[in-house]
Amino acid sequence: MAVGLPENVFMTTLDAAANWARSNSLWPMPFATACCGIELMATAASRHDMARFGAEVMRFSPRQCDLLVVAGRVVMKMLPVLQRIWLQMPEPKWCISMGACACTGGVFDTYAVVQGVDRFIPVDIYVPGCPPRPEQLLAAVIDLQDKIKSGGTLMGREFAAETTPRGPNPFDPKELRRIQGLPILSNSGVSSSSIVLPGHSATGHHTGFANGKGGIRG
Amino acid sequence: MVDLAELQNRYGSELTASTFRDNHRLVVPCEKIYEVLSGLKQDFGFDQLIDITAVDYLEYPDAEHRFGVVYLLLSVSTGERLIVKTFVDLPKPELPTIYSLWKGANWMEREVYDMFGIVFSGHPDLRRILLPDEFASFPLRKDYPLQGRGERHNFPVITRAES
Repeated sequence: MAVGLPENVFMTTLDAAANWARSNSLWPMPFATACCGIELMATAASRHDMARFGAEVMRFSPRQCDLLVVAGRVVMKMLPVLQRIWLQMPEPKWCISMGACACTGGVFDTYAVVQGVDRFIPVDIYVPGCPPRPEQLLAAVIDLQDKIKSGGTLMGREFAAETTPRGPNPFDPKELRRIQGLPILSNSGVSSSSIVLPGHSATGHHTGFANGKGGIRG
Repeated sequence: MVDLAELQNRYGSELTASTFRDNHRLVVPCEKIYEVLSGLKQDFGFDQLIDITAVDYLEYPDAEHRFGVVYLLLSVSTGERLIVKTFVDLPKPELPTIYSLWKGANWMEREVYDMFGIVFSGHPDLRRILLPDEFASFPLRKDYPLQGRGERHNFPVITRAES
């Protein structure tokens, strides 16, 4: 203890103070497209009460939010909207991908449904389940709070450093073969490295996973 | 019940009818579809169009045509229903629009166009209705793969640094 300080003054770093404030006042932007949205509403309602974690202020304007909760499946017609909402949110911001559909496309492996929003926007926390229980979403919020407290910085340096996509490669080798008119082989027969991906070199995309830090921060 | 003999008398003998479990069906050659539907509306009391949909008969062993277009009609006064079916083929699946008979056909025909690529000539606004405008193929055709041709993966990837 510093000598001469009164009892109601304490010392901390700016980063820690910012993390403490940010993690306890997450303002969610509900992007609810399916049944996960109902669970999201239940999480915010009185029984489970997300207000206990400071995340009860659902704002329907992305300009006022810092936590995007993608709850439900996202179809290809909706994805530009989702990306625009994500870009409109002010920094610092985080994203929770809630439910099997938002994480992986779930059972909807069709021509219209995006196979995981993490292919196109950066996701911080994945919540499995179909739909997840409110407790799972609360656990995700608590995990996100821990993540912010452990790695956040006042000016968001950790975000600026992340120049490679977090998610998997958006291009499905099978679909690329369909575009090129090549025969579709079984999973083991197709090597993704044998196909030149537009905008992605065969190895460049996944270097983020090979450098020891892992694709998902945390 | 519509009298088949009377219809054949008016529109030619290519019309065939069948009944299955109280569903009355009428098969019409595609060049007469507008004429028949217009007659059914004006003279036989089928004043409501319930739906327009289509079927792709690719890989059906005994199919003679590629697409069947199905019109479901209802007579509001008698409660009678009628299924009118016609067939079109590639490379130019085209039918006359029935927008002038029922305004509700507008979006139904757009949906059939969106999913099957069947063109309704004379339609006032034949655009895609469900899929994005830049979508290049017709996904309910049976030769379209279940998982798509890369449409759902063709978006920019936003990294955390640039957002």
